[in-house]
Amino acid sequence: MSVLSPRVKPTGPVANSLTTGQLPRFAELYVLGGSAIVTALIMLLVGFTLVGWLVLTAVIYLVALGILSAVVENRRKATDRLVRGLVTVAFLLALIPLVSTLATVIAQGASEISWSYITSVGASTFDPDTLTVTQTPGALQAIVGTLIITGIAALISVPIGLFTSIYLVEYAQPKQWLARTVTFLVDVMTGIPSIVAGLFAFSLFSIIVGPKAFSGFSASVALSVLMIPTVVRACEEMLRLVPGDLREASFALGVSKFATIVKIVLPTAIAGLITGIMLAVARIIGETAPIFLAASFTDNFNANPFDGPMQTLPVLAYTGYAFPGKDIAASNASAWGAALLLVLLVVILNLIARIIAKIFAPKGMR
Amino acid sequence: MQSAPTSSSGSSAKTTGNTPLGGGGSKDSAATKRSTRVRPGDFIFKGLSTGSAVLIMVILAGVALFLIISAIPAITADWSTNDQLNTGPTAAFPNFWAYVGPLIWGTLWSAAIALLFGAPIGIGIALFISHYAPRRLASILGYLVDLLAAVPSIVFGLWGIIVIRPFLLPLSDWLSANLGWIPLFGGAVTTTGSTILAGALVLAVMILPIITSISREIFLQTPRLHEEAALALGATRWEMIRLSVFPYAKSGIVSATLLGLGRALGETMAIALIISPAILVSVRLITEGQNSQTIAANIALNFPIATTLQRDALIGTGLMLFVISLLVNSIARFIVSGGSGKRKKSKGNGKPSMPGPLSQVPTGDAATVLAMDAVGRSGRAGVVDTEGHISEDDIEGAGK
Repeated sequence: MSVLSPRVKPTGPVANSLTTGQLPRFAELYVLGGSAIVTALIMLLVGFTLVGWLVLTAVIYLVALGILSAVVENRRKATDRLVRGLVTVAFLLALIPLVSTLATVIAQGASEISWSYITSVGASTFDPDTLTVTQTPGALQAIVGTLIITGIAALISVPIGLFTSIYLVEYAQPKQWLARTVTFLVDVMTGIPSIVAGLFAFSLFSIIVGPKAFSGFSASVALSVLMIPTVVRACEEMLRLVPGDLREASFALGVSKFATIVKIVLPTAIAGLITGIMLAVARIIGETAPIFLAASFTDNFNANPFDGPMQTLPVLAYTGYAFPGKDIAASNASAWGAALLLVLLVVILNLIARIIAKIFAPKGMR
Repeated sequence: MQSAPTSSSGSSAKTTGNTPLGGGGSKDSAATKRSTRVRPGDFIFKGLSTGSAVLIMVILAGVALFLIISAIPAITADWSTNDQLNTGPTAAFPNFWAYVGPLIWGTLWSAAIALLFGAPIGIGIALFISHYAPRRLASILGYLVDLLAAVPSIVFGLWGIIVIRPFLLPLSDWLSANLGWIPLFGGAVTTTGSTILAGALVLAVMILPIITSISREIFLQTPRLHEEAALALGATRWEMIRLSVFPYAKSGIVSATLLGLGRALGETMAIALIISPAILVSVRLITEGQNSQTIAANIALNFPIATTLQRDALIGTGLMLFVISLLVNSIARFIVSGGSGKRKKSKGNGKPSMPGPLSQVPTGDAATVLAMDAVGRSGRAGVVDTEGHISEDDIEGAGK
């Protein structure tokens, strides 16, 4: 069969019909590098700023890639590459505020946080000799206030939220009007602006207790309004994930509905329930506006949630800027310290929630 | 026995006693008697659950009721003659509606600007995570976005003060110098950066995670076969997204945007800390002292110094905010429930995915249900493959 086989071997690159009309594999990287260098050169002439460099690089990259692809490939592929570039830029753009926020909080707050900041109550002292007021930074009153107010809010919301989700999943018929109304109302409650919750708690307590009824408990009520729908949703989804087979097996053994829920359904879903509740707590612990309206703010140490204004970390951060003391720089620094503590608290809560979810996930479902 | 305290252990002891007999179907008479009657434990538990559900209705009604009760004195009062209202921040207004009108405008205006920045970027990120990012990266990126959602709003507010305000100053100067003839950029240019533009930008950052997480979950829910069909017909990835993902996710995107709008409307601290406001109707973006104030920020700033009746007036503005955000959220929910077929389907899967970390979506829509699927993505044997990332290699194996 040597007759059929071509004698002359092809020399040089063969035009491969599968790869013609395509940009080489790493073309996007080359273009990116090229546009970065070009932009850097332009910026050197005009004056270098990091932000300008990044923005201009992105623009030149998108334009260059679009033109290149349109010439070598076709318009459809050019559009495809352009969109890919745009979407990637959108993502990188969103990373900037995240990184910048965290970096700013850490940079500003780290110098403020110390053992004495956490364990002492902030105060201003007047020195009669030098006639100066010195502010001692301290956040103990705010830490205690945050823990008490959030704790009470969780104590109120978790039972209500959990029982409501049990009602929705275990007891209600899907078409029942009460179930549909409650589902709708929970949706509505998730949309309540946090400041409205604060106004509600304030007017509730000023009507019941009397005017200027600022108290930690009032703030807890406001936070509960925000927390209940989150807890209901989270728990509802988790309970729905419990396989119906487990319930039916339990019923078939003659176990009552109550015992089935307590002994079968809840233990199966416990990891998800705890995770959901932790995330709900992490969500409300940073709320500022409702606490500010309902519990007001104070520099004094107050651990009694039923009497008088209470300080909390988010409000300390807010008032440090909005209503600074005599030493404005010290107030601002104190605000950043509180903000960093708050972020740490939220991150820790989130981490614990995720770890619990990982560890206690039912076996066979990982 | 009937009046015994109904602890869980007591009740279950009772029932475990029955179990050996239960299988055969012949129960002794005592057990039959007991099971025909509602057990106290069951009764109380059902009562508690139903009671909690009803309590939610009561709470929501209470919120509306107490706001209305508190607001009525200020709404009905004559503002020009009342001693408490014709001084201080409310002095210039003849009645409640003249006071709240500009505030409503400011609220809508700042939220609209925030949405203008936030919505396209949020949807872009969602698309990146669901359809462009490498598979392993996608879940990490999802966590990053969730982290953004977990940062308290006050922190963003402080960040806006010291980072965004100075960052926007050169831009405002340039806009004022070159485009000052457009009303948007008119007025005296800011020197401190306390503009509504800065505030809205921070708002945009805050609503990004909401828009992203909801639209991401919906993008991931696109039927895999639709996507593969588009790719098999030779569509590029963008064409595939345009032809199969967007039509499927349209209502989801709209409701995600509206939920983001709802959050932007009610956000207090960023605006209160950053902008230097006035109660007036203005579209100017880069001035200070002439920015339209929002309802929430106005409450936060004036509440501590208000007289009793002024406080009632502020509560009245809060009531308006409540109504507006209810409206926006209801529309969003309505649009979502328009696609209720999707929700049913995803529930019908009933597959026990890992009860992992919840996404930080403000819950209560199809997205949350879907989120459960996506969250368990890391290591589950999914019935329906919700992986969005499709590379050319995947197509071969997709003949299932």
